[in-house]
Amino acid sequence: MKKTETVALRINGQTLSVRAGTSVAAALRIAGSADMGTARRSVLGQARAPFCGMGICHECRVDIDGRRRLACQTRCEDGMVVETSA
Amino acid sequence: MQADVIVIGAGIVGAACAHALAQAGQQVLVLDAGVGGATGAGMGHLVVMDDNPAELALSRHSLALWRSLVPRMADDCAFSPCGTLWVAADDAEMVAAEEKQQRLGQHGIDCRLLSANQLATAEPALRPGLAGALEVTGDGIVYAPNAARWLLGDGGSNIHIEAAEVVAIEAGHVRLADGTQRRAPQILLANGIHATALCPELPIRPKKGHLLITDRYPGTVHHQLVELGYITSAHHAEGPSVAFNLQPRPTGQLLIGSSRQFDTTDMAVEAPMVAQMLQRALRYIPALGDLNAIRSWTGLRAATPDSLPLLGRHPWREGLWLAVGHEGLGVTTATGTAQLLAELMTGAAPAFDPTPYAAERFTATATA
Repeated sequence: MKKTETVALRINGQTLSVRAGTSVAAALRIAGSADMGTARRSVLGQARAPFCGMGICHECRVDIDGRRRLACQTRCEDGMVVETSA
Repeated sequence: MQADVIVIGAGIVGAACAHALAQAGQQVLVLDAGVGGATGAGMGHLVVMDDNPAELALSRHSLALWRSLVPRMADDCAFSPCGTLWVAADDAEMVAAEEKQQRLGQHGIDCRLLSANQLATAEPALRPGLAGALEVTGDGIVYAPNAARWLLGDGGSNIHIEAAEVVAIEAGHVRLADGTQRRAPQILLANGIHATALCPELPIRPKKGHLLITDRYPGTVHHQLVELGYITSAHHAEGPSVAFNLQPRPTGQLLIGSSRQFDTTDMAVEAPMVAQMLQRALRYIPALGDLNAIRSWTGLRAATPDSLPLLGRHPWREGLWLAVGHEGLGVTTATGTAQLLAELMTGAAPAFDPTPYAAERFTATATA
C-alpha cells in the first residue's frame, strides 16, 4: 500500500497533520469540528467560515505565518503557523 | 401629501437638502431612482478644501454644520474626528503646506504644521524621509450612505420618500417612469451624475475614480492621509491621474484612493489604474504591500468645468433648483449646499455668498 504524504501545521497552537495538498480552509474544518472551521469574526462578532472556496468572497481570511491570507487559496505546508481571529 | 418641494435624488446631497428644507418647515417629497451614485462609492472624507475662496467658504461652512449634527447622528453613520494630514514629500510641498496653513488660519480653521519628526511620530507607517505635514484637526470621516438615510429620517413627517425614477421635469411637476406625475411648486435636482439625463444642458462630466479597501488592521494609520501633490495631480490634470489618499476606517480597515479618469462611464475596475494607485500609495506606506485587500470598486464624480457645484436656480427652467456637480467633495459640502438651497428656496438670507455657485456662470457656454 502506498504511504500518503502528510504535512504538519499549527492552527491556533494546535498541531494538525493533513494530507499534502490540503488547503488551509479544509484544515480549519478538520481542526475545528466544533466550530465548523470558523476563520474569523465579523465587525459585529459573528462567526465567518470559508464560503465560496475559490478566492472571491474573502470570508476565510486568516493569519498564515504572520500575514493575512485566504485559507481557501493556500495549501498547507510543513511548519506553517495559522491563527484565526475566531 | 401636498409637497412644497420635490427633491430628485436621495444621495447625501438630496438627503441633506431634504433635511434642511424639512427643518425650515417645508413638506418635502424625495424621489429616488435607486440607481446609486457617488454617495455609495466615495470615501466620505469630510475635508476643508481651499483651491479657491468659494470652495473654502462652502467646505468650511459645511464642516461646521456636520460637527453640529454629529452629537445627534446615529452610530452607524460612523463619524470619526480623525482629522486630515496633508503630507509634504519634499521642501517644495512643505512650502505649499505653510501657505495652506496661512490660508486656513485666516479663516479660523484649526491646523498645525508637523515637522518630519512629528509626522513620523504621528504616523509611524509612513516612509522615512518625508518633509512634514499640515494637520487639519477639524476634518473627519462619515459613512455617507447611512448619513444620508439618517438625515432623511431626522426630517420626520416633513419628509416623504418614494422609490421612483423621474424621466422628465416640467414646470410645476415631474413625470415618472410609470407615466404618473408628481406636483410641487418647487423642484430641486440633486441626483449628481444622473442630472444630465434630465437636464442635458448642464455642464457636468463624469470623472471616474477607483477605491480599494483592505482587511482590518487596527492602529496602522490614525488620520486621513492625503498627499499635498494631490492638489496638482488630481485637480489640474486632463488625463488619467492618481494621488495618494488613505483613510483609516473605524473598523481598522484602510480605504485607499485615489484615481481620476475623464469621459468614461464604464464602471469596471481597471487593473492598470488600481496598480498605479497602489504604487503611489506604496511610495508613502511601504508596509501596505503586506496587507490583504478585500475589495475594489469604482464610482463617477459629477464634475463641472471649474470644479465648483451648481447651486441655486436653474438659469431658465421655471421652478427648478439645482444642487449638483459636487465632484469628489459632495459628502463634505452636502450640509453647506443644503443650508444655502433651503435659504434661497424659502426666501431667507443666505448664510454665505451663493454667487460663485450659480449655474448662470456657464449660461453663455451652455444654452439649450
